[in-house]
Amino acid sequence: MSTFAPAPGRAPMRTILATQIRMELLLTARRGEAVVLAMGVPLLVLLGAGLFDVTNLPTTDRLGYVVPGVLALTVMSTAFTGQAITTGYERSYGVLKRLGASPLTRPGLLLAKTAAVLVQIAVQVLVLALVGLAVGWRPEAGALLPALGVTVLATAGYSGLALLLASILKPETTTGAATLIYVVMLSVGGIMFGAPDLGTAGWFLLPLAAHAEALRETLMYGGSVPAGIWLALAVWAIAWPALAARKFRWE
Amino acid sequence: MVGGDAAAVEVRDVVVRYGGTTAVGGVSLTLPRGRVLALLGHNGAGKTSLLQVCEGFRRPDDGVARVLGLDPVGDHDALMPRLGIMLQSGGVYPWATAGEILRLFASFAANPLDTDMLLDRLGLRKFERTRFRRLSGGEQQRLSLAVALVGRPELVFLDEPTAGMDTEARHTTWQLIEELRTDGVSVLLTTHLLDEAERLADDVVIMRSGEVAATGTPAELTSAAAIEVLELRADPGLDLSGLGSRWTAAEPASGQYTISGALDTAGLAEILAWFASVGADVTAVNTRRRTLEDVYLSLTATQTPVGATK
Repeated sequence: MSTFAPAPGRAPMRTILATQIRMELLLTARRGEAVVLAMGVPLLVLLGAGLFDVTNLPTTDRLGYVVPGVLALTVMSTAFTGQAITTGYERSYGVLKRLGASPLTRPGLLLAKTAAVLVQIAVQVLVLALVGLAVGWRPEAGALLPALGVTVLATAGYSGLALLLASILKPETTTGAATLIYVVMLSVGGIMFGAPDLGTAGWFLLPLAAHAEALRETLMYGGSVPAGIWLALAVWAIAWPALAARKFRWE
Repeated sequence: MVGGDAAAVEVRDVVVRYGGTTAVGGVSLTLPRGRVLALLGHNGAGKTSLLQVCEGFRRPDDGVARVLGLDPVGDHDALMPRLGIMLQSGGVYPWATAGEILRLFASFAANPLDTDMLLDRLGLRKFERTRFRRLSGGEQQRLSLAVALVGRPELVFLDEPTAGMDTEARHTTWQLIEELRTDGVSVLLTTHLLDEAERLADDVVIMRSGEVAATGTPAELTSAAAIEVLELRADPGLDLSGLGSRWTAAEPASGQYTISGALDTAGLAEILAWFASVGADVTAVNTRRRTLEDVYLSLTATQTPVGATK
């Protein structure tokens, strides 16, 4: 009997990714506060600001304005806030280090994290859109593709910034910073109120406002996404992940 | 296989610095395949820093480390499937259960061990559905060990493997490490427990303040000094000056003699012959040998006090 006779080797990458993604999703579902942050706040905003005249909006179609903004908010809360906090704590628990000492590679981990975030976002957007439709939201279906396009760009940008923060800050600081940015974006990001008009520079500073505006242009009016927004979100989607990849640490 | 003939671990003049503090000051060691090497030393002696270099978590500030013939940092992805790594603490999702964690790491390996067998062997079966953060320190350690072994590695790094374990778990772990060795797995472990090093290790490297204080098999380290002191009981008040300059003799209590110096077989015979020649009646003979603990304590006694470097 030689139980421990060496027979090392790496499982097929698709197996590794599948089980790692499943673990990421399982753990997210298990953390109550993450689920509340990801779904509770957007639902509250959707129903509150969408159905009642609690805030001044630059339009009378309250649901038409609020629902795209809430979808954008959800993408940010999952891809940025949730991701940054989770990754920060995984680092402090030594989980990332442990995974770094396993056959899971660095691109594998980043890919698994991104995929898990995309799955969450897909589920959340679906639920929120269905709730919106149920209470009377009537979007235009003609410009879904650009809406999807800006959402993928926003997700990549948020995810990159989240991983960057979690790599360079202490977990407590990451949590604080991620929550603060969430609250600031929620306040001035053009979700419940009109966003401050900062011109094209505003799209770079407030990706949430840019994403929300793009979703409104497409889902509310069936129009096209302004070039400035494409540019701003594309820059976010490239710059932050690139920086995160350089700064990412297992420890 | 890449680096098939290389030593399991080859470390040459490795230096690790944290800011202005030197944690490892030029250490060299070799772990041949299929052997167990224990890095023995106090906390802060540089054991974990050296291990971090071998695991590829740190690039040495100077010197070279080769693991299975590969560069632990540059060849990280090629190396990891072949290693089993047990970190000193944590390293696991607090909200995942013991079973989920072990199966996750099993899924990363091409030929994983049976996870149920491992849970049984390490006494973790009843905690299969217990979340990691609810496990005791010793149970978490055992799970970390299981995670390190599940991929059937050819080389394992165990950082303080039995820390926080009760006596029974410690013995289970020791048996397991002995079995690894029998099955041809190379093991590099750190410990500050002398009995652990003495029982498990083929080679012991004693570290002190980031440097190698001594190297050898447990037997070599202890037998280098052979018999250290000869104690005799005989007639009181003998004139010891006639014994000869090869020994240092004293009579600390009346009729009790302690002799140190050349205590090989011929030396012992000469000493007893001298007692006979002066007509003394020897009623008791006792020898004291150095243990690994004596060696260790004598080597590490000059270390700066714990906490002084932090």
